[in-house]
Amino acid sequence: MAGWFTKTRATIEAEAKKTLGKGIFRRCVGCSETIKDEEFVRNYEVCPNCGHHYRLRAPGWVELLLDEETFVEHDANLHSKDPLGFVDSKPYPTRVTAAQKKSGHTDAFVSGSGKLNDRDVELGLFAFHFMGGSMGSVVGEKITRTIERGLANKAPVLLLSSSGGARMQEGALSLMQMAKSVSALGKLREANIPFISILADPTTGGVAASFALIGDVNIAEPGALIGFAGARVIEQTIRQTLPEGFQRAEFLLDHGMVDAIVPRLEMKAHIGNLLSLWLD
Amino acid sequence: MAYLDFEKPLVELERRIADLKAASDGLDGLDTQIAELEARAQTVQRNICDQLSIWQKVQLSRHPDRPYFLDYVEHCFTDFTELHGDRLYSDDSAIIAGFARFNGRPVAIIGHQKGRSTKEKVHRNFGMAHPEGYRKACRIMELASRFGRPVLTFIDTPGAYPGLGAEERGQSEAIGHALYVMSQLKVPVIATVIGEGGSGGALALGVANRVLMLQYSTYSVITPEGCASILWRDGAHAPDAAEQLKLLAPNASKLGIVEEIVEEPVGGAHRDVPNMAQRLTVALEAQLKDLDGLSAEELIEDRYAKFRKIGAYNG
Repeated sequence: MAGWFTKTRATIEAEAKKTLGKGIFRRCVGCSETIKDEEFVRNYEVCPNCGHHYRLRAPGWVELLLDEETFVEHDANLHSKDPLGFVDSKPYPTRVTAAQKKSGHTDAFVSGSGKLNDRDVELGLFAFHFMGGSMGSVVGEKITRTIERGLANKAPVLLLSSSGGARMQEGALSLMQMAKSVSALGKLREANIPFISILADPTTGGVAASFALIGDVNIAEPGALIGFAGARVIEQTIRQTLPEGFQRAEFLLDHGMVDAIVPRLEMKAHIGNLLSLWLD
Repeated sequence: MAYLDFEKPLVELERRIADLKAASDGLDGLDTQIAELEARAQTVQRNICDQLSIWQKVQLSRHPDRPYFLDYVEHCFTDFTELHGDRLYSDDSAIIAGFARFNGRPVAIIGHQKGRSTKEKVHRNFGMAHPEGYRKACRIMELASRFGRPVLTFIDTPGAYPGLGAEERGQSEAIGHALYVMSQLKVPVIATVIGEGGSGGALALGVANRVLMLQYSTYSVITPEGCASILWRDGAHAPDAAEQLKLLAPNASKLGIVEEIVEEPVGGAHRDVPNMAQRLTVALEAQLKDLDGLSAEELIEDRYAKFRKIGAYNG
């Protein structure tokens, strides 16, 4: 059912843009209200009427989570190779170039240092609109470097996941990024430096099954899809319909997999408070 | 003995060899004929192997007669003592774990187990573990770490099980946690891909100082079928996906993911299981010896360094 839901949402969004004219207005999928686009933007992509959360891009997250003008981006120059010479309907490098043009990012991850309530932190964010936020060598390397910087600077590490999982086009190299990033987390734990995992929509596959669900705390956004296997694959495997709300943040909270569901606009305060309770 | 399509030329030859052997009781004349036929079978087999496509090699890695973890337990180890359960929910029979002796030396052994008969396949869930399996594996690995016993893992799974209960009980957390636990083990860890190395469910037993692959095993981010259904929108394109995914042992070696490829007997591991087990024993013994003498810190750092350098990027 989750797959069906997502598809419908995407269709509605596309329709809204087409019929309501050049993104001036948007019709919310949560409450069906037609609201000015700029109000969504001002509200960090949360519906001002019903609180439905849409995906927020990296610059918005940086602004939302970090103290003003404290963010310094790192490793922006890393870009992927084509280690397998992978071709499906298009060659992999063509897909990467198209994603770079569309997103303005070199790959699916943005990372840097900054301050949260005056405290040094290392922040890493997935860019879902870059090939579904998939994790290949560049993403894995940037995550690992973010964790290593946290270790070197004794700064808490915040990773915000929004990813379909490992990037197929880099084959087993993508798979190994799971082991690489988690091994780095092992060092962080040994050093008693906090790792806060923020789970945004969606967090699935190899990203879920590596660092994303093993945070010192896991904090999910309302309604975020979080899970290991895709709902369609599960339905085909077990041949039964999945329950309402399956793999949504609330489902994970019920099953003990996340510490809290926190609305986006309260995220910074929530994390700031936790870090203060642990470290001050 | 089950034969895959491309093994069919062997069927008739092997039937004749078996017939002659049965008839040869005490008759000298037949020995030379048998030897000739056996030599021919070897040649046929070699020719088959030389011409295998990537997809056929994938099929070999999943051959119904391919030796599974328990076959290696029988041939490579003594005194095996299986330990059950994750102490949280249940015992997952898709992963078998315990302690045994390897050339006299106590070790922990953990592996995915597929089933041979239909009943056993179901019992073993086709080698697809639930969270309980990974949690059991972690429990045994941490025991081994405390008692200073090397950990040998054997990877053979299409992937972790995609099911309702698996999601409810935290499949993602279980795999992520297993990666973490393995990265911190204070003892030598050697992983061997003996059949299918299917994505996160395989890697969850794969964070090792040394990773070995049998010649006709695979290691992949996703099954060719899964990849085909996403990128080609048609599972029937699995052979194309297999080609693009570069999932065979020599590819993995080139990508810096595995340290050693263990050659299989002519025709594949299933054609001569004791021989395969012997080859694996030799390889494991050499790798273990190589890690001997490293301190706990050095072993953890060695494992970190191995995975830290994996990846292909510019800048």
